[in-house]
Amino acid sequence: MILLTVIAFPLIAAALAQLYPRSRLGADATCIAALITLAITMRAAAEVIAAPTHVLVAIPYWVAMDGLSALMIVLVAFIYVTAAFFSVGYMDFRQNGGSRRYYVNFNLFVFSMLMVPLMQEPNIVWIAVELTTLFSVLLVGFKNTHEALEAAWKYIVLTLMGASIALLGFFLLFWAAGQAGIEHYTWSGLVAVAPRMSPVLLKAAFVFILVGFGAKVGLVPLHTWLPDAHSQAPSPVCALLSGVETTVILYAILRLLPVLNAVPSIQADTWLLTFGLISVGTAAFLLLRITDYKRMFAYSTIEHMGIILTAAGMGGASAHSAAMLQIVGHAVTKSFSFLAAGAVLLLIGNRNIASVRALVRQAPLAGAALLLAGLAIAGAPPFPLFLSEFLILKAGLQNGDYLVVGLLTIFIAIAFFAIMNHVSRMALGAGEPASRDAGQRGALPFSCKITLIVAAVPILVLGVYIPDGLAALAALAAKSLGGG
Amino acid sequence: MTYIVNLNALAGGLFIIAAFGILATRQIRACLKLFILQSLLLAASALLLGLSPFSIHLMAVAAINLVTKVFFLPWLLRRLLNEEVYTRREISQAITIPSALLIALVLTIGAYFFSLSWVETASAASAIRINVPIGLAGLLIGALTLTTRREAVSQLLGLLAMENGAFFAGIAIAQGLPLIAELALAFDVLVLIFVAGVLTRAVHERTGSTAVGRLSSLREEPHE
Repeated sequence: MILLTVIAFPLIAAALAQLYPRSRLGADATCIAALITLAITMRAAAEVIAAPTHVLVAIPYWVAMDGLSALMIVLVAFIYVTAAFFSVGYMDFRQNGGSRRYYVNFNLFVFSMLMVPLMQEPNIVWIAVELTTLFSVLLVGFKNTHEALEAAWKYIVLTLMGASIALLGFFLLFWAAGQAGIEHYTWSGLVAVAPRMSPVLLKAAFVFILVGFGAKVGLVPLHTWLPDAHSQAPSPVCALLSGVETTVILYAILRLLPVLNAVPSIQADTWLLTFGLISVGTAAFLLLRITDYKRMFAYSTIEHMGIILTAAGMGGASAHSAAMLQIVGHAVTKSFSFLAAGAVLLLIGNRNIASVRALVRQAPLAGAALLLAGLAIAGAPPFPLFLSEFLILKAGLQNGDYLVVGLLTIFIAIAFFAIMNHVSRMALGAGEPASRDAGQRGALPFSCKITLIVAAVPILVLGVYIPDGLAALAALAAKSLGGG
Repeated sequence: MTYIVNLNALAGGLFIIAAFGILATRQIRACLKLFILQSLLLAASALLLGLSPFSIHLMAVAAINLVTKVFFLPWLLRRLLNEEVYTRREISQAITIPSALLIALVLTIGAYFFSLSWVETASAASAIRINVPIGLAGLLIGALTLTTRREAVSQLLGLLAMENGAFFAGIAIAQGLPLIAELALAFDVLVLIFVAGVLTRAVHERTGSTAVGRLSSLREEPHE
């Protein structure tokens, strides 16, 4: 039953926000629901680790949770908490009304993201993925400016185009599974019948799903909506979009890996490596000529999704567990980055890199947060992404993928240089800012400050010390990828 | 039961013609009518395939299509947008209509040959041999419509036409889909139409037109 309560609280918070528009209940309910959800998911994850089969079943063949799902859900719940608390101060600060619509959509969006890893029937997963788009698109266009609406429109058109392509892929998958005589159409049922499935159909299904959901993950060439949407949405929403939404959709692609590994003739790993490396490379070069700091973090999301996909394509237990660490590191770091960017935006008033200089002196907390975010997301030691990227490269060398490792190293180095170049100038750089909207706009709201400090903790800790529970969860998740 | 297969083939043929029609029609209202026709044909095909052997799932798909795309979509669009949007003729398109039709023709032939290897396991008289290539072609033509159109409403219709294409293949190959999936799918399409409609209206209110093709301020260029 614990799994059903996981998705209940965001729904309750959404209902309260809808029913009581004038009070502060929407904001308070969202924060409380987020805290409860985090507590429940951590409890559920502990139960998954403790259970002998490492699977928690709520409704057989429909709702269940294994190591990989548990990892995703804990990440979603954690960023739900930080984004919710940041939202309180952020929405008050902006004072542009419409907070009812904001909190309703915010909670529904989290609800749909929690659905994706919990659902066991792949067609329902597709529906949950489509719902993540539909509930978040009005958040992307929330500011209701020309640019925000443009971003929202691009977002809905490109990702739903991908969803249609993926839908055909899921129909083909269902057909192939039916031909192979599947008993219960679930992810684990698919793995069981994979050797009997028609390789032609399975490959077609995989390619359609990879391309279709790839649009939503932000894989090149269907990535063009991502920097727009992730820069125009309110910053707490960006934290959810970039930190976990992309990862959750990537999860749906990764779920196919054990199925595909049973049929080596498909060469799924080549597809993953190609898509992954192209995405990393494109993002790395685009990062060099960025002028908007929120877009910078958005391009870095494309880069990291590419790195995770590449690691998944390398194969082998060590590459897969490194990919899991990368997922964890990226989720906590990227959400923090967008919160830091949001704080800077609140203080400075525009998203132009050139208009932010020597931030550490003007606003020590926001400046330090931005510097930390930049260092951590670029993958500097001793932060979690340095550790996971190092492990991915090491696993690649052990596998003998020298070309892949070489390219990946170059791209990561370019991205590192680009991000550090921008961030160091913004935080520490001397000189006067190029332009500014009406100077300082007051101090950061209290809830934003607290959230920044709390959200920084995992970044500072996870690079040097990984708690036993998280390590066990990551190991279980990596095992689910390997078909075990 | 050959007449059912033949009728289904007729529905398939008309389905692909409707897809070409959506691509080539300039006026939004005519485009919407062609889309409704295409959704009707999808429902008809689901109904025919569901007759023998009788399948409650396909009946549900047919009913869901009728409710969401034939009744709800036009009703909602009419409520959200004013008359002027419908009568407008779309002049600026990314490529000319003849060249778009030529590309669509190539896509259709490509879809046929591409799906040959998928359907070879099906028997010669089976509806799968009709529905899968036509569904794939419908999906691709919908994508082409989406990329060549500049108006929000016609882009939305292209999006839904892609979905129609995927479903046209789906009703033949995924007949055992559980009912709960269909209900969730219906909910999904409703939300999609609603959200896209609201967004179109917001764009219209903000920019005074629904020409989303002209929205191009977000780019990787230095801000002034």
